[in-house]
Amino acid sequence: MAAPMLRWGCRGRRWAFARVDGGSCHRRGAPTGSTSNRIRGESSVAQQPLHTAQKTRKGEHKWAAVVGLEIHAQISSNSKLFSGSQVRFSAPPNSLVSFFDASLPGTLPVLNRRCVEAAVMTGLALNCHINKKSLFDRKHYFYADLPAGYQITQQRLPIAVNGSLIYGVCAGKKQSQVIPKTVRIKQIQLEQDSGKSLHDNLRSQTLIDLNRAEGQLRVDANISVHHPGEPLGVRTEVKNLNSIRFLAKAIDYEIQRQINELENGGEILNETRSFHHKLGCTMSMRDKEGKQDYRFMPEPNLPPLVLYDATSLPAGADPQQVINIDQIRETLPELPSVTREKLVQQYGMLLEHSFTLLNEVGLLEFFQNVIKETRAEPKKVTSWVLNTFLGYLKQQNLAVSESPVTPSALAELLDLLDSRTISSSAAKQVFEELWKREGKTPGQIVSEKQLELMQDQGALEQLCHSVMEAHPQVVMDVKNRNPRAINKLIGLVRKATQSRADPVMIKEILEKKLSL
Amino acid sequence: MWSRLVWLGLRAPLGGRQGFTSKADPQGSGRITAAVIEHLERLALVDFGSREAVTRLEKAIAFADRLRAVDTDGVEPMESVLEDRCLYLRSDNVVEGNCADELLQNSHRVVEEYFVAPPGNISLPKLDEQEPFPHS
Repeated sequence: MAAPMLRWGCRGRRWAFARVDGGSCHRRGAPTGSTSNRIRGESSVAQQPLHTAQKTRKGEHKWAAVVGLEIHAQISSNSKLFSGSQVRFSAPPNSLVSFFDASLPGTLPVLNRRCVEAAVMTGLALNCHINKKSLFDRKHYFYADLPAGYQITQQRLPIAVNGSLIYGVCAGKKQSQVIPKTVRIKQIQLEQDSGKSLHDNLRSQTLIDLNRAEGQLRVDANISVHHPGEPLGVRTEVKNLNSIRFLAKAIDYEIQRQINELENGGEILNETRSFHHKLGCTMSMRDKEGKQDYRFMPEPNLPPLVLYDATSLPAGADPQQVINIDQIRETLPELPSVTREKLVQQYGMLLEHSFTLLNEVGLLEFFQNVIKETRAEPKKVTSWVLNTFLGYLKQQNLAVSESPVTPSALAELLDLLDSRTISSSAAKQVFEELWKREGKTPGQIVSEKQLELMQDQGALEQLCHSVMEAHPQVVMDVKNRNPRAINKLIGLVRKATQSRADPVMIKEILEKKLSL
Repeated sequence: MWSRLVWLGLRAPLGGRQGFTSKADPQGSGRITAAVIEHLERLALVDFGSREAVTRLEKAIAFADRLRAVDTDGVEPMESVLEDRCLYLRSDNVVEGNCADELLQNSHRVVEEYFVAPPGNISLPKLDEQEPFPHS
């Protein structure tokens, strides 16, 4: 049917710190299950409680919450999972729909090779076990945007299982510390997407577009609470979560709601709830029909999906018709955790810095280009890129690709700083000038604004001498070991040099003169 | 779908062999309650329509239950009659679509290239609200 998607999920006390690129939300009606033409995965069910909520008012047993995420991610491919129609955003309604996508009788699903490769890559990147044999099933429910009356998915035996993901949680003061956490991936499965419904309440009708291919990433949360040591509680599914922030709020709310309900002697129903972000609460979406029964059955039109590796690859097989897991593993790019580790080892940066470098699109490349062209120490480069450069970008809400300062320009600037041609404060001034996009190089700006540090030792000594003469009281304070006085003196000299002298040098000269 | 095929397949012989019944009901659940029928009708949008149809269903279940007499210990269940076939993998090329006009002709109502459907799912009337078994 629609755009092929991967659905995967993680269950644990925390949720993956993933970036969500917008992602539309379309109201689903009755069905409890979520559907998407994506790779779908579920995280493992925690056997032990991992997160302990606060102690209850009544001082009873502690509560433990278990959270599972169902993540629907659209596969980047040209055509759909089971048909050769195009995957594209914002196309005219029903223009990217083949006869199969419209569920016309007699049409059959034909599996897209690229989607299988994508699923295997995702499974490998998430440390999953890839099932050499996986199966397709039908999940039945009735809704206008599902013309076949069922969705093809992988319920019994999905393509990948038992993976994990390491991510970072910002903690500590100023949220600057990054604590690595691990979440388990229960499974990853290929599945179809349903269509898009536009509800026209005015005319009491629903408009159906079977193109799909919208909302590249979607999350539903499953939440339950229980007492540690006891069996897991009844779970609810929360939908309509459009951002990480709402995801967090919804989960926190639902955990507390369930605890309150149970403490007041109520019970939790296995239902679907919708998160209303304005009210900050979840509300039941369950209709009177009761629990959904999807009547899972094997997809009769698709044989089992068999994957091979280097050892099991049949000789003389058509390469187009076989998928080699080992070959796909070799095409995997370097994974973020490996890159971060390398950065920490190679450049001595803090783990949180490596997270920041990787979390901003294009920033790592920028950083590496500066490193290539400059003599300055990596730590200096890290500091300038993550503090100054990134700071300017964020202030003006720019992407790295829109930056007025090129890696070469920053490298040149850092060289000037490194060779003590300019002072640190002068460098900041130059950076600000560079940001104005006037096409000047750092060298040009430095000479135009006369920001070079005074190199003439003699002239500097003269200046120090004259400043000392002009401020005998301050000199007296310094001699009397007043700790702040020396800084005042340094400041006066700096002013006299119009900030063109290296404060370190000034201090040396003054101390020598004062015989300290 | 396959259940319907089985259902239809069974109908014919049952019609011809009126006397067919299962000897005993291994599960002791010979009768199917009205609630189950209502549930099935809602799930599959099948209209059982008459007491005869329900009886036929009960017989079909009893017939299928005879599978339990087979000893399947240690036998791997067959997932698919296609299990010996190769699953064909299609190259990721765009070769179809772009036929909105043709597809929309199938729809009773259309609004600006969208199919039109009623809002949400329409609930089936409850069993007691229906006419009791219209003549089939």
